[in-house]
Amino acid sequence: MTEVRDELVKKRYASERRFRFYGAAALILTALFLAVLLIDTVIRGIPAFHETSVEVDVNVNAADVDPANLPGGNYDKMIKEAFRAEFPEVTGRANQKALTALLSTGGADALRSMVIADPSIIGKTVTVPVLLGADADMFLKGQLTDQTIAPGKATLHVARLEGEEGFVLTGEKTGEEAEKQLGLATGDVVRFQGGAVRVTGMQNGYLKADPVLPPDAAFSTGNFDAGQWDIVSFSVPQANRRINDNQALWLDKLKQDGRIENSFSWRFFQAGDSREPELAGIRGALVGSLLTVLVAISLALPLGIASAVYLEEFAPKNKWTDLIEVNINNLAAVPSIIFGLLGLAVFLNFFGLPRSAPLVGGLVLALLVLPTIIIASRAALKAVPPSITEAALGVGASKQQAVFQHVLPLALPGIMTGTILGLARAFGETAPLLMIGMIAFIADVPQGFTSAATVLPVQVFLWSDLPELAFKSKTAAAIIVLLVVLFALNAIAIYLRKRFERRW
Amino acid sequence: MFVWTVLLIVLMAVIAYWAGRTHAAGLVTAGGPRLHSLPSYHGLFTAAGAMIGGLALAIAGAFVFGSQSLLTPVAAVIGAALGAFPLYSKSSLDFRARNNFERVVLVLLITCSAVAILTTIGIVFSVLYETLIFFRSVSPIEFLFGTHWSPTGTPASFGFIPLLVGTLLITVIAIAVAGPLGLLSAIYMAEYASPRLRSFLKPILEILAGIPTVVLGFFAALTVAPLIRSSGEAMGFSVASESALAAGLVMGMMIVPLISSLSDDIINAVPQSLRDGSYAMGATKSETIKKVVLPAALPGIVSAFMLAISRAIGETMIVVMAAGLAANLTANPLAAVTTITVQIATLLVGDQEFDSPKTLSAFALGFVLFFFTLVLNYIALRIVQKYREQYD
Repeated sequence: MTEVRDELVKKRYASERRFRFYGAAALILTALFLAVLLIDTVIRGIPAFHETSVEVDVNVNAADVDPANLPGGNYDKMIKEAFRAEFPEVTGRANQKALTALLSTGGADALRSMVIADPSIIGKTVTVPVLLGADADMFLKGQLTDQTIAPGKATLHVARLEGEEGFVLTGEKTGEEAEKQLGLATGDVVRFQGGAVRVTGMQNGYLKADPVLPPDAAFSTGNFDAGQWDIVSFSVPQANRRINDNQALWLDKLKQDGRIENSFSWRFFQAGDSREPELAGIRGALVGSLLTVLVAISLALPLGIASAVYLEEFAPKNKWTDLIEVNINNLAAVPSIIFGLLGLAVFLNFFGLPRSAPLVGGLVLALLVLPTIIIASRAALKAVPPSITEAALGVGASKQQAVFQHVLPLALPGIMTGTILGLARAFGETAPLLMIGMIAFIADVPQGFTSAATVLPVQVFLWSDLPELAFKSKTAAAIIVLLVVLFALNAIAIYLRKRFERRW
Repeated sequence: MFVWTVLLIVLMAVIAYWAGRTHAAGLVTAGGPRLHSLPSYHGLFTAAGAMIGGLALAIAGAFVFGSQSLLTPVAAVIGAALGAFPLYSKSSLDFRARNNFERVVLVLLITCSAVAILTTIGIVFSVLYETLIFFRSVSPIEFLFGTHWSPTGTPASFGFIPLLVGTLLITVIAIAVAGPLGLLSAIYMAEYASPRLRSFLKPILEILAGIPTVVLGFFAALTVAPLIRSSGEAMGFSVASESALAAGLVMGMMIVPLISSLSDDIINAVPQSLRDGSYAMGATKSETIKKVVLPAALPGIVSAFMLAISRAIGETMIVVMAAGLAANLTANPLAAVTTITVQIATLLVGDQEFDSPKTLSAFALGFVLFFFTLVLNYIALRIVQKYREQYD
């Protein structure tokens, strides 16, 4: 008898533990999801906060700059010529084009502002940091391909072919033996003494190689012991990446020479949107967000407080107020995209307000967060004990005096908390703003409430849609900024709640 | 001009306040009868007159002269003067300025709370209007029961069923994720977690709830979808790169905080005496939860699920970024499906022609969406009202 009972108790306790475990597992899973989400975003986004540039010695050619029109000078040409001069061994149109393609199209901006700041450098040679293009940038950050450098294992003998552009590689033996001995295969890149050659295959029983980065012109033959030369290979084949082997080696050489500079990308916070990933920034979207949220909150806050005060303190209990209440609760649950339809049909089509404007975005978001603010404000007003009102009425205040001079100030911290949370919601909202045209590509920082603008979440959406790999990192970086702003807003709300909350 | 007009009206109101106040204060003679209302109420009442008059003439001026005209601010100033003067001259010793001003404030408060109603009316009418125009070119029967959706094709077809199925598929996946996770975490937080642990767990859910959906969409499209695709293909399934599963999973995680916080409140509202009764009969904690607490909280939990479903149906960004555009009529979670919200977003982004059924169909979809969420919210409300057990 007791055995059966013990058995049953054991079983019930096991089921108790199981149930408890399920609950904990659900929470752990949720927390894990959040952690993975945040860590994944941060890992993706961090590289975008840095930019790489290359130091180039530029001769500021007086012929290309008109002193009367400094911004209009042909700085692009100067930069490209100077950069080509760094690699005199690179010849041929295609190769030179590939070389200058490493630079950003906005690479000349630094030189332009230098000349504008100090026109006396015209005619002199200056060292300018030139921004690299997105692909070069990503290669240097290791995002395009993994690069492995294996030191050579045996003695390598290199000889320049007479009258030809090419080299012959031999080890202690020749032909296929050498190939095996040196560990080389067709397509491998061999570096030695500042030069690099790519193995093209066997020819007449010898391993032939073409120059990628030719060693000195004087170099004709040489022996390299194991360790003095190395084999460079890439995990991603050349056809699948946007930087070819030559470009990669040029970048490697620049890096070895200490010409590559990695700096914090202030540009990301100072520039507007751009088609070029390395030039794109979030300034325009941030200002747009600020303007939009400003409109939204300056409309929603007074309206919300007024509605809450009326419904909580003055409204008689009748059908009309019931209707308003049901309405507000319903509006709080209406999908945000519907508010976008409302904005499109009413504000744009009916009232003829400008498309893509922070004004319209703010109006839509104001309607969107209004229910949230009303509900929060009502809760805050309700939390103020009736004795406060009664005491005020008792000493002869009118109902309005009691409410506005005593109840409302006491409820204000709660209202502010709710408002900031509504603000955070408005700041992160995307869908309704797509409907009213805030999705257009806008490179300029918006100037006012009616100029075309976009907002940060929409910028995230826009960038995430672009095919360039570099924009993925930018998107994640924009998300990090968005989340930092939201967390800051939430932290303020929590602080207000903790600091000013009163319990009666 | 807009800013100037507003500034001028505010300036006029300040002048009116000052004038009204000094005027009323000047009426009092030493030892004589006292004012009925404080002088500042006389000032406020006059200022309210200036505000109303100024705004009225400014709006009228904007319509007559155009909003950029210099005459608009002038009209505003004249309006403010006209509005303030009669009230200014009205003030006397026994004038009930406070009562009159409070009446103005009350009317203002009522107007503000009517904005909520205006919004609903605005939504219903704007969406309904375009929907009716849409139904002139496409019959409602074809829209509601057609099984082919291709608004840009020739000929365009507007069968809404594939979108409905896609939406429901993703919603079912989302609820299948969020339901158990949300409910179990609510139970754990309400019944098992110590206050210390609770104060640590709650912010996690709050942070998750505060993450913008565009962020979750990015995560779904770039991390979850490729993960599902590669693991699905490793198991020998063919997975679309924009599968319903990826969107549904992430959407489910988005809804976990909603279900959990609503259920948490409801479970906490079940009186302790019920639990104590159950423990007294020898039940374990989990038995009490399963047999006593959950049945008592059931109406609230069902209503939380209704709200969650309504949220999932109306969610836009996650599906726009992670679900596809292809309107496939399928129940396969590994295939690409599209949803109502995705179609609204894609149809209305870019060029909008309000005379083509392509653009108008977005409003018809919006109407259906609004209707669905309204019904779900209403059911949620009714369930709580009808089945809530009154314990006190």
